[in-house]
Amino acid sequence: MTVKRLDSLVEVLRRFNVFLIFIGLCVLLSLLSRDFLSLSNLLNVALQTSIVAITAIGMTFTMLTAGIDLSVGSIVALSSALSAGFIMKQGIPTYLAMALAMAVGAGLGAISGLLIVKGRLPPFVATLAMMAVGRGLTLVYTRGWTIPIMLREFTFWGAGTIGPVPVPVVVLVVVFVAAHIVLSRTRFGLHIYAVGGHQETARLAGIHVDLITIMVYVISGFTAALAGIITAARLYSAQPNVAAGLELDAIAASVLGGTSLFGGVGGVGGTLVGALIMGVLHNGLNLLEVSSYYQKVVKGIVFILAVLLDLYTKGRK
Amino acid sequence: MPDDTPILLMEHISKSFPGVQALDDVTFQVNRGEIHALVGENGAGKSTLMKILTGAIPRDRGTIYLRGQATEIDSPGRAQALGISMIHQEPALIPYLNVGQNIYLGREPKGALPGFINWPILYAQARQQLGKLNIAIEPTTAVADLSIAQRQMVEVAKALSLNADIIVMDEPTSALSERETETLFNLMRSLKEQGVTIIFISHRIEEVLAVADRVTVLRDGQLVGVAPISEVDMGQVVRMMVGRELGEMYPKEEVQRQEKVLQVRGLSRGNELHDINLELYKGEILGLAGLVGAGRTQLARALFGIDLIERGEIWIDSQKVRIDSPQKAIALGMGFVPEERTSQGLFLGLAVRHNITISALDKVSRLGFVSLREAARLAQDYVSRLAIRTPGLQQKVRNLSGGNQQKVILARWLSLNPKVLILDEPTRGIDVGAKAEIHALMGQLAKQGVGIIMISSELPEVLGISDRILVMREGRIVAEFRRGEASQDEIMLYATGGERNSDRQKA
Repeated sequence: MTVKRLDSLVEVLRRFNVFLIFIGLCVLLSLLSRDFLSLSNLLNVALQTSIVAITAIGMTFTMLTAGIDLSVGSIVALSSALSAGFIMKQGIPTYLAMALAMAVGAGLGAISGLLIVKGRLPPFVATLAMMAVGRGLTLVYTRGWTIPIMLREFTFWGAGTIGPVPVPVVVLVVVFVAAHIVLSRTRFGLHIYAVGGHQETARLAGIHVDLITIMVYVISGFTAALAGIITAARLYSAQPNVAAGLELDAIAASVLGGTSLFGGVGGVGGTLVGALIMGVLHNGLNLLEVSSYYQKVVKGIVFILAVLLDLYTKGRK
Repeated sequence: MPDDTPILLMEHISKSFPGVQALDDVTFQVNRGEIHALVGENGAGKSTLMKILTGAIPRDRGTIYLRGQATEIDSPGRAQALGISMIHQEPALIPYLNVGQNIYLGREPKGALPGFINWPILYAQARQQLGKLNIAIEPTTAVADLSIAQRQMVEVAKALSLNADIIVMDEPTSALSERETETLFNLMRSLKEQGVTIIFISHRIEEVLAVADRVTVLRDGQLVGVAPISEVDMGQVVRMMVGRELGEMYPKEEVQRQEKVLQVRGLSRGNELHDINLELYKGEILGLAGLVGAGRTQLARALFGIDLIERGEIWIDSQKVRIDSPQKAIALGMGFVPEERTSQGLFLGLAVRHNITISALDKVSRLGFVSLREAARLAQDYVSRLAIRTPGLQQKVRNLSGGNQQKVILARWLSLNPKVLILDEPTRGIDVGAKAEIHALMGQLAKQGVGIIMISSELPEVLGISDRILVMREGRIVAEFRRGEASQDEIMLYATGGERNSDRQKA
């Protein structure tokens, strides 16, 4: 009987999925801490979540094709370093520097995609290698030093606000809406689901499976690079070791949001909520003055629970 | 139709795979707008022929004429473009997209903006397409929520939307209930009225007789005959399918019945197994015959604790036992050689000796450490006893022939001294010489008192080597024969459901 009850619980979780968890978590935290529900704190949560969420949206694209992108953390760091460095060291105009950094991120994604499609490497392996290369390039470029950047035109993208809303949150909303429209309304989006759902059928239906696979890694590289620029702008500096382990947060957010590790199921709506859950959790633990060491443990446990939930609900199909 | 050129003519088609002549000079002709059944035993070459037609594999020799024109079909995409669609046993739809999206996958109607899809038109067209076939499924339903039967219908709708006029259905009824089958047949008939040609592959002769216009029979890669359905009966078709002489390849010494080693009462599991009763005696080889999907492998898996049984009792050596895991089964003295030798039975990348000793490491270990010398001795012992041909114990199993691989698996089980050994298709894909050796080995084991259950789709093998034969169909045991009492035709009749009186058991 308990198994049955657990079953229906899982079903409920899957249906209304993470949104309920999110609301529950918020209610819990607002009871535990008076500061939680204040506008400034909520905007703070949104700000802290935005970098993970933007990266996770790109990650969701790769996961929908039954892939994964482990290189996003490194690409965030590289794009931080390049955008700040291009401006401060090479004297390239701000927006051109940002565009170049994003192009590099997308380009590295394209290389991962090519390795997966043409080299037939498992996505895990290709992007694991890209993770090392990306971090290495960052260290080479920065020689291990932090690149400070105070230029307002640049830092606006991380530290600025529009009205009361932090700019990264606005960027996140734009990225989210665009990604959602692409996935739910366009041919490209539908074909991503098809490739992840049944590759052979997709190929037979005349879908350019290879091109779509490459494109999702380009998108993932691009969103990571965007997150990297925001990171540098927010910190007023590019730090070579920034965003280490970010790929796990991004994967966790996607999986928590109901995107399957096996492809074909999910979407960025869930991913956004998944990222918010992690952000709220982080914020709440801070408000409750839990040591950051324990926070890592909690994060790990949440990740495991999310994957178990995925495997369990998937296994019953 | 004024045009009486056959819509499809596959002439003198040959195809060989390493070690097997899968098709030998087969000519297959299908007329426009007929339902043409293609039948034959497992391995007769039906699938190979259809794979050639749908561009999945190349042929070695022969010509394909489509609508009178010699045609090259070099890819599934090409076949689709030529109006040939295949509907597989397991429909190949994308489970998490909805019905409409699946039907128009890759051909979505364009929306107002580039890259966007005109969803209302897509669903309207899908609804229209489904409506033509009287299929009551909403285009927005997720495919994952449909039954197998409904998915097949969606595949048919998809095929028609691709303007397919030749539809190949590969064992479409194998997973369908009787009512669903009837619905499918009605659909097939209405397709026929619309001028669509259907090639219907089936094991079930009664279905072929019910729905087809003509039947082509293949056996061992060769064309046996073509006949209008009106001119044949079930017995004739079955004889055409199996009609070959029993060779003297299967020496099995008579064994005196001794005490029961395994007894099963009322075993049931979901839709797969219904009220299975059987007993197995020491030193007996019990043949399990039936078609693919009759539940033979499911029965083996249930007995071995891989799939849990829902009802029923199992006794081993007159002890009532509960087998809920393979570990438990092994501890009780059972062994199982699965059908998928390479994926389920072997560690292909490991050496012969590890493959042999991996289940018996306890015997050659002290304090948890494996004595390499004793393990090697154990492995060497079996390599010599079973005459496994390998350059050495360190050879990777991947590099052995199929027959020797099978012997390695047998060696692993023998090292555990099992009381009951279940062999699922033990000689499939094994050449004739090694086959005889494996049969001899089985005879030897039986002589030593091991009870053996052998699942085999090769009737001569079942007839030649078994002391007793059980025939399964649709998850039930439908007939039992003693050695020498059965013939291929008779078994085939029971297996295909030709014999209506399924309660009749010869004991």
